[in-house]
Amino acid sequence: MSGTYLGMPSFPKAAKDAVHNVTLRANLRHATHTIRDKRAKAVAELDDWALLREAGKQIKDHTLRHLDRHLEQLESAVTAAGGTVHWAADAEEANRIVAGLVKATGESEVVKVKSMATQEIGLNEALEAEGISAYETDLAELIVQLGEDLPSHILVPAIHRNRGEIRDIFEQRMESWGRPAPDGLSDSPAELAEAARLHLREKFLRAKVGISGANFMVAETGTLVVFESEGNGRMCLTLPETLISVVGIEKTVPTWRDLEVFLQTLPRSSTAERMNPYTSMWTGTADADGPRTFHLVLLDNGRTDALADEVGRQALRCIRCSACLNVCPVYERAGGHAYGSVYPGPIGAILSPQLRGIQSEIDASLPYASSLCGACYEVCPVAIDIPEVLVHLREKVADQGGKGHRLEKAAIKAAGWILDHPAALAAGEKAASKTRGLHPRKPPGAGAWTADRELPELPAQSFRDWWKKNRT
Amino acid sequence: MSTETGSRDRILARIRAAVADAPDAPEAARDYLDSHTPDDPAAILDLLHENLADYRAIVHRASEAELPALVAQLLADRGARSVAVPDGLPAAWLAAADADQRTDDGPLSPYELDAVDAVVTGCALAIAETGTIVLDAGPGQGRRALTLVPDLHICVVRTPDQVVASVPQAMPRLDPTRPLTWISGPSATSDIELDRVEGVHGPRTLEVVLLQD
Ligand code: SF4
Repeated sequence: MSGTYLGMPSFPKAAKDAVHNVTLRANLRHATHTIRDKRAKAVAELDDWALLREAGKQIKDHTLRHLDRHLEQLESAVTAAGGTVHWAADAEEANRIVAGLVKATGESEVVKVKSMATQEIGLNEALEAEGISAYETDLAELIVQLGEDLPSHILVPAIHRNRGEIRDIFEQRMESWGRPAPDGLSDSPAELAEAARLHLREKFLRAKVGISGANFMVAETGTLVVFESEGNGRMCLTLPETLISVVGIEKTVPTWRDLEVFLQTLPRSSTAERMNPYTSMWTGTADADGPRTFHLVLLDNGRTDALADEVGRQALRCIRCSACLNVCPVYERAGGHAYGSVYPGPIGAILSPQLRGIQSEIDASLPYASSLCGACYEVCPVAIDIPEVLVHLREKVADQGGKGHRLEKAAIKAAGWILDHPAALAAGEKAASKTRGLHPRKPPGAGAWTADRELPELPAQSFRDWWKKNRT
Repeated sequence: MSTETGSRDRILARIRAAVADAPDAPEAARDYLDSHTPDDPAAILDLLHENLADYRAIVHRASEAELPALVAQLLADRGARSVAVPDGLPAAWLAAADADQRTDDGPLSPYELDAVDAVVTGCALAIAETGTIVLDAGPGQGRRALTLVPDLHICVVRTPDQVVASVPQAMPRLDPTRPLTWISGPSATSDIELDRVEGVHGPRTLEVVLLQD
């Protein structure tokens, strides 16, 4: 039912279409600017933000360095707490495991919590092929699913839709999925949310199987953690008899105490709140509380390839807060779909080509979907040096066949505004060099892409200052 | 099952090969603060009050003696005719309420819970800096569904002993083997043009009573 990213055009072509879509651009601009401003305030409330960021980075690096040990520990802890652990090397295997588990319950419907991992593996489509209906229950995911559309943002997946479009989707599509939209539905967000509440409650109350991802898994205790706002997650995690969680292996943290870092950094970085409305934590199964059967599917699907890349592996620290999307001038212009992956924006530009390899045109073009301004690195709560990884991946793309320059030009041209505003590009590149200078690991300059570029001087003003003055 | 065992071994082997040459990564330094708030119980309580209210929880303060009348009033104000009662809730808390009391010893099915108007619970603790209450399914809190399906949640926090300043102070007091629910204001969404709407699937209204002796 929902579309697929496979076969979508490469970033340059898709971005070119996106920059001509006025609604999309206006919505994205409003969303990214609003969230980034709020986020800055939420972060400024914590004097020790830089230390929390460093701790988050170190926790994740430690986890990744000893991931084998932590996963084995996680497996024993979940098993001891009454859960069952499965291992999936790729998307196909994960889908097969989940479909088999659902079928074993005798059910043909499941309710789902928003999860990037299950989108990444195309679980809904795989279940549909097996005669199982998977209902997305996050409001934005519901909008996307009913509209037979694709998510465009990690945090607010339906941000490319405005209220009038959402009303039309509800009126036209809810009925074929269950309870129809109320008569005379207006386009006020409160009424639309109420329509979703009524439509989905029917499904929650009868659901026997829930499917989720997780934001974190604690190796020491076997605890899984889901952050959310709407309560749809709590419904899926507690009302069904069977719960199946599909989680990337990199979501592990070693100890219970480690969560204290991410419980502080994730909500502030993501929704700009001191804390998101609901966080659920569960360890295996509990007597008379929540599902009686719990399955954890540990997903590789390219993560071990990323782990093997000494520069690229830092992308696995990502906690999917989406802060980097909201500050990226290219994302703001090109929109989420142009990245051809469930992971859009700067993190998508480094994660997708690593998970999927750089053979396809879209994956080879993604490392060029950036002005290298460095704003993404500055906001990242686990200090992923996205520009460094971008440059590293460009070198790999260039090494594999020399279409790097063409892709670079196409990608930058596609983000039309950048081309119209050469000063922004220049300032962006200067700011990038400034970021490099602060965190020298490997200055760009060795590879094919950077060979004919001079290392820029320090900027007269930072990119962000320029951006503020000229764009807000 | 055999392919799965194969995948387990394959994934672990791939991880070991991937990091074989990686530099050692030491345990994380924890130089961050244990709290961002002065160590003063009154100030911490005020901060909790303020942050709960900032996220649209409705906050009250009451003594043990005032509590039954307050709870009865809150239920009546919202027209709640039935109230779910978790195991171990002090009987006095609902002593003055008219609402029909539904204990969870059946236990209540999802449909039965959906027909209940309100729930009254205690909590495991509350965190001032984030405006969060944490439930751990202990006495007086019930299983997770109880505080999710009914539309009104009244939660009583004992002060000062159930109040901590910060997230790092909360962690050692919580037992990860219990199901935990962290609640910061009523459920909300900003998915439609970033307009915040409260009460999507969880309770539309969260009333928190800070109980003082
Ligand atoms: S890369 Fe960093 S900023 Fe971007 S989503 Fe991941 S954690 Fe957030």
